[in-house]
Amino acid sequence: MSDVTRAEVCAAAVADAFKDDGEIFASPMGLMPMLGVRLAKLTSNPDLVISDGESLFLAGVPPLFAKADVVEGWIPFRKVFDVVAYGKRHVMMGATQVDREGNQNISAIGDFARPKRQLLGSRGAPGNTVNNRTSYWVPKHSPRVFVESVDVVSGVGPRRAREAGPAAERFNDIHRIVTNLAVLDVGGPDDTVRLLSVHPGVTVEEVQEATGFDLAAPADIPETRQPTTEELVIIREVLDPRKLRLKEVPE
Amino acid sequence: MTKGPRDKTMTIDEVVGELKDGMTIGIGGWGPRRKPMALVRAILRSDLKDLTLVSWGGADVGLLVRAGKVRKLVYAFVSLDSIPLEPNFQRARQSGTIPEVVELDEGMFQTGLRAAAQRLPFLPMRAGLGSDVLVNNPWLRTVTSPYDDGEELVAVPALPLDAALVHLNRADRHGNATYLGPDPYFDDLFAMAADRTYVTCEQIVDTAGLTVDTPVQRLLLSRMMVSGVVETPNGAHFTTCTPDYERDEKFQRAYATAASGTDEEWAAFEERFLSGDEATYQAAVTAFGEEQA
Repeated sequence: MSDVTRAEVCAAAVADAFKDDGEIFASPMGLMPMLGVRLAKLTSNPDLVISDGESLFLAGVPPLFAKADVVEGWIPFRKVFDVVAYGKRHVMMGATQVDREGNQNISAIGDFARPKRQLLGSRGAPGNTVNNRTSYWVPKHSPRVFVESVDVVSGVGPRRAREAGPAAERFNDIHRIVTNLAVLDVGGPDDTVRLLSVHPGVTVEEVQEATGFDLAAPADIPETRQPTTEELVIIREVLDPRKLRLKEVPE
Repeated sequence: MTKGPRDKTMTIDEVVGELKDGMTIGIGGWGPRRKPMALVRAILRSDLKDLTLVSWGGADVGLLVRAGKVRKLVYAFVSLDSIPLEPNFQRARQSGTIPEVVELDEGMFQTGLRAAAQRLPFLPMRAGLGSDVLVNNPWLRTVTSPYDDGEELVAVPALPLDAALVHLNRADRHGNATYLGPDPYFDDLFAMAADRTYVTCEQIVDTAGLTVDTPVQRLLLSRMMVSGVVETPNGAHFTTCTPDYERDEKFQRAYATAASGTDEEWAAFEERFLSGDEATYQAAVTAFGEEQA
């Protein structure tokens, strides 16, 4: 298949973040994470447990925003919190800011007492990051998102978790940061943000320029893999025939 | 003669009459879902002030902070879902008009309500460790496990409520109540964390009617948790009350547009929808719906 779009590369990169998770609850927040998780369930990891984003575990893998078909469980919010503490969960959240140490902010920009911009609030980020595997999706990789130090720590990075003690560090597992330009993790020196791969057509310099701190970047950064033909068929014809993915990552 | 349990039906204004300035009030539902909006609107019309609100917040929070009713807000997020950021809440935070805020992780919230429901001072939890929830709320304490692991966990304080306000699909006159939608949210926890719980519902039915076509597992509230019951059809508007109705997205957009607009635009919205009683509100909503059709 030709004309692979950046959005499709991103979907496959999100799917890869979930491929080795085994039989756990995959919790994607937002469109691209949902597309990637469903792609993983149809390809690399059929054991994933997925939900309709409301209160049902889905046995099938419906297209984005389609009505549920076969239901295999009930997951109201109270049980989501139980699964967070139980640990068999991998959440991919959004991030208004991510810093060098892998902390995430979805709470507020500026001083918390009187924010320049009030965002959602910390939601479940503090609990997620000390209980279950957590990844982030950033649709617009820029120095405004990737900052030296986040204004409010909602999601806890590895260093902060370590400093907070063994109870915080024990299940802290920041797995991947997938953006429209690259794939990153927190495997750099002292658990800092590290570049893992750049998407086809993107250079390491471009990613560094779009990042507000010095990225750990080992020599010979590979290209993010292209989606396979099977994946492209699934993305285009099964999961997202309305091309909603292009709203998240335009060409 | 056998006597049945007492009849707790009342009006929304009678409920608000039992609330006092400075009370801590928990609001059930979740974000823009199954919120007791008729009671929120009744509070807006009242003289109540200096409230502490405890809510997984949606427009309930937005409306009450815009009206200056809130001295202290305890929340984990405030969102309208399809409109991620609640404009009245955002504006209030950015202009510093909420004197005190407590932002918690959303799971800590459940734990705090659970502690209150169990009459405990706190319950331990991992959530919050390492995050700015502990920095921005320096009064939060940790507790060290007395067992061999010695883990230091967050001692999530109980969130006791003077009153809880919840909206369910059906109730009987005594306060037993069912939810018919996908998620119970945390309305039973709110009820047990509160000294007094007021239930509004789409329809009051007789007790037998609660389970005639509905599994018994949907009976979320027992009357022993409930002080008052009010029938308020469309009382969760404009939030969801599945399966009775879904969120009124057009109305929500109009709300959000007015809330993010000029003072005059907000005043016009208030004048049209919030200046009269609940019946006036519902009539204005019907007229709005017809205009939009």
